[in-house]
Amino acid sequence: MFLWFHKLGSPPHFYRIAGRWIPWLLAIFAVLLLSGLYGGLFVAPPDYQQGESYRIIFIHVPSAWMSLFIYVVMAFCGVVVLVWRMKLAEVVLISSAPIGASFTFLALATGSLWGKPMWGTWWVWDARLTSELILLFLYLGVIGLHNAIDDKRIASRAVAILAIVGVVNIPIIHYSVEWWHSLHQGPTVTKFDKPSIHLSMLIPLLLMALAFKVYYVLTLFQSSRAELLKRERNSKWVEELSRGQ
Amino acid sequence: MMSEFLNMGGYAAYVWPSYGLAAVVLWLNWYLPRRQHEQLLLRLKRQHRDTGEQKHDPRS
Repeated sequence: MFLWFHKLGSPPHFYRIAGRWIPWLLAIFAVLLLSGLYGGLFVAPPDYQQGESYRIIFIHVPSAWMSLFIYVVMAFCGVVVLVWRMKLAEVVLISSAPIGASFTFLALATGSLWGKPMWGTWWVWDARLTSELILLFLYLGVIGLHNAIDDKRIASRAVAILAIVGVVNIPIIHYSVEWWHSLHQGPTVTKFDKPSIHLSMLIPLLLMALAFKVYYVLTLFQSSRAELLKRERNSKWVEELSRGQ
Repeated sequence: MMSEFLNMGGYAAYVWPSYGLAAVVLWLNWYLPRRQHEQLLLRLKRQHRDTGEQKHDPRS
């Protein structure tokens, strides 16, 4: 297991493996996405309170989940970067940031589009929305900091610290709807007792969440490969790769 | 039937932009790194062809 991990951590090995996985991940993503969309848009009935507008949930909630998940992955990579100076963790950390920022943006934008008809406003400065907006700034901060420092090894360590510090925001976002009174509805799925959502809605929601997760790995592999090439352009394996083909 | 579906019970102006925005953002995240990767590979290949046996990137 450790050997496998060690081998995966080597840039040329990861580059090759990731390249091989991409078509499969793309296929799995397509199947999950299409079945999720079918279930969400065609099979699931309208909500008894919110009518058809609730269908935004199938984009909004998976995006919000991913925005938290990706940040935790980044913070974890940050620890690996600081403790073990693992190159691959640096690459995964920085390649995750734009994807995380995108999901955060989607969660905010679709939330806004959902809030307008349901709450009568695009935006309120309540705990859930504000902490999610801070998350977006954290992602943008990571990207900006990484771009600002030319030596990418140093940049990675700086970004790792920012990612780790910012992780305090994650539980704040998650519990914000319980700690503070909010316009935002409480959790419907991640409750310990029975989820207060019908199966015909829950299944497409989970399918979409799974699709987004696969999508994250897929695009992470894609952008990690580009970042690896960029960083290792003077190394032997990149030279062999570009000569060989 | 179709127009009823597209109408989304009167919420079309909120539901479809959500889905459209998601499609655009997800597509960009897929397409941009892919293009960057291809251009990088192309540049590296050209570089190695031009410099022949020279081992290192002269710019660095």
